Amino acid sequence: MPKPRLAVFKFASCDGCQLSLLDCENELLSVAEAIEIAYFLEARTRQLAGPYDIGLVEGSITTPHDAERIREVRNQCRFLVTIGACATAGGIQALRNWGDTAEYARHLYARPEYLSTLSTSTPIADHVKVDFELRGCPINKHQLLELISSLIRGRAPRTPRHSVCVECKRRQVVCVAVARGTACLGPVTQAGCEVICPAFARECFGCFGPKEQPNLLSLGVRYRADGHTAQHLTRLVRSFNGYAPEFRAVDSILREES
Amino acid sequence: MPDTRTIRVGAISRVEGEGALNITVRNGSIVSAQLNIYEPPRFFEAFLRGREVREVTDIVARICGICPVAYQMTAAHALEKALGLVVPDGVRELRRLLYCGEWIESHGLHVYMLHAPDFLGFESGISLAAAHREIVERGLRIKQIGNRILEVLGGRAIHPINVTVGGFYRSPRVADLMSLLPDLKWGVGAAIETFRWAAGFDFPDFEADYEFVGIRHETEYPMNEGRVVSSRGLDCPVTEYEQHFAERHEPQSTALHSVMLPEERPYLVGPLARMNLCRQQLSDSAKREADAARLEQPCKNNYKSILARSLELITAFEEAVRLVEGYRTEPSPSRAELVLRPGEGCHATEAPRGLIFHRYRIGDDGLIAEAKIVPPTSQNQGRIERDLAELLPGILEHDDGEVARRCEHLIRNYDPCISCATHFLKVKIDRE
Repeated sequence: MPKPRLAVFKFASCDGCQLSLLDCENELLSVAEAIEIAYFLEARTRQLAGPYDIGLVEGSITTPHDAERIREVRNQCRFLVTIGACATAGGIQALRNWGDTAEYARHLYARPEYLSTLSTSTPIADHVKVDFELRGCPINKHQLLELISSLIRGRAPRTPRHSVCVECKRRQVVCVAVARGTACLGPVTQAGCEVICPAFARECFGCFGPKEQPNLLSLGVRYRADGHTAQHLTRLVRSFNGYAPEFRAVDSILREES
Repeated sequence: MPDTRTIRVGAISRVEGEGALNITVRNGSIVSAQLNIYEPPRFFEAFLRGREVREVTDIVARICGICPVAYQMTAAHALEKALGLVVPDGVRELRRLLYCGEWIESHGLHVYMLHAPDFLGFESGISLAAAHREIVERGLRIKQIGNRILEVLGGRAIHPINVTVGGFYRSPRVADLMSLLPDLKWGVGAAIETFRWAAGFDFPDFEADYEFVGIRHETEYPMNEGRVVSSRGLDCPVTEYEQHFAERHEPQSTALHSVMLPEERPYLVGPLARMNLCRQQLSDSAKREADAARLEQPCKNNYKSILARSLELITAFEEAVRLVEGYRTEPSPSRAELVLRPGEGCHATEAPRGLIFHRYRIGDDGLIAEAKIVPPTSQNQGRIERDLAELLPGILEHDDGEVARRCEHLIRNYDPCISCATHFLKVKIDRE
């Protein structure tokens, strides 16, 4: 039986999520034996033409050219997986969706007319059908290995959908919201990061995006009562996953409770 | 009729980010050699405006997944200057250890997986591993140890979460750092083997008249602090960086292009520049290895940047051993208290790929009012194009595929990070 063929594609991003595959130092060479790494520009010069069994897509759509390219990528991939906050929710660069991209370009570039950019940064699923998403900014490499091995075996990947809070309790990490009065996004953020931030005595800032049915309104009431301003809470939510549908309207949700 | 030749490399591989190369040759002469950086712009400096000071180290990390610590360290120092913060005792050493972790992880990846295959005739580290598994496994273990430092001290390898303006959210436990020691000591030996292995490569005979630019520190190999110096006599505090360097916007690129003033000339930053400017501050074993291999000083062959990276691996491992062995008490508090006030501050550090400069202005509302970020690759872009123009006349006799391969090899000497510069490569050669 031929080996399954894997391809890695990059759109607007920091390269950190595809680097996670190279960061599987103990497993990388075994993975390369079990599957055909057919297209992975950051790692190899040889590029095999599609179609591919698994396509990992990193990055968001921010240019007219990329909006076309993602359609070609979709056509080449039997199973398309978005990896990371950029591909899944638009990434930190989606902050432009609330700003003025033309002004951004004028601010930074002497010759903005040289640029070809869209006024928005949008997730892959806004453009093509996505079969599975791996959350995180960056993704967790253990989840990536779980994804690849489960797809090879033809089963659904097991990644949790519950909140960071659940993991904190399970690991007996002291709650930074209760103990320190810090506004923490743990109650509304999906697990997967191994609760590193609370373990380092700081707030969760939402790298893994919204958990199922997050209750931002209730969390806002609580944190406002603790003295946090709506502006601070809006900024906290509006970062790497700020354009995820459940987080997008954070400002109006916070207005509703005040 | 003019004799026209067109060579294209669609997307340059084994680099971070997306770019192309366009070369035009007319009647056997190079008309132009341009890097076309088409990585989409993400506008970090624009959307940082209005964000909180404490958010900056988390946000700028996302410019680059391979060197997030460089962004975090440079931003933290610049903002501390803007606020007049003094970090607690012990933080300075821990930050240097964190930077050692990033140099080890980034250099380990580049030397073994991205650059060495060019010298040995393989298309990737994966193919290299099929022929020499034990060598690639050594490289991957080196890289893994760098990542372990980042995990223990920073919380995770990509986009660490423990760095903040003023210090760290939590000091690492002494026992946790001590647990790294056996691996770090193994790393010193492995890095020496790396250098000896790379010193045996066949290096193209290609030298250029580089002006080397970097940070220099009185007593240490440069990482977090020092003055900005060049091989042609520049020596200034980082506060004067912008008087000597400026960014230009070229039509072929979404990355800004840095030049040295007033002549607007290109310059070189990165491991080769650092090694030439600060060779006496390499660690003892690194100096001994460089001398034993009769590595020239200054070295003007950037293919030998793989040797500079290997010497820096030795230095980073020996520094890490020293710093961990000297870690007896956990800094408490682990960070200076953040008291916001309007102000402005700038700083430069040495990212794995070279000098990185940040400047921030904090407004009356305590939020970021202005941000300026100059990554290493945009500073090297002009120099990469000059190198290509100098290399090409000597290799045009080869077929297009071989010309493209040699151009890509030259580009990878720089370990360019296009995501950083925005930002890399298609090679397209028009021979008219």
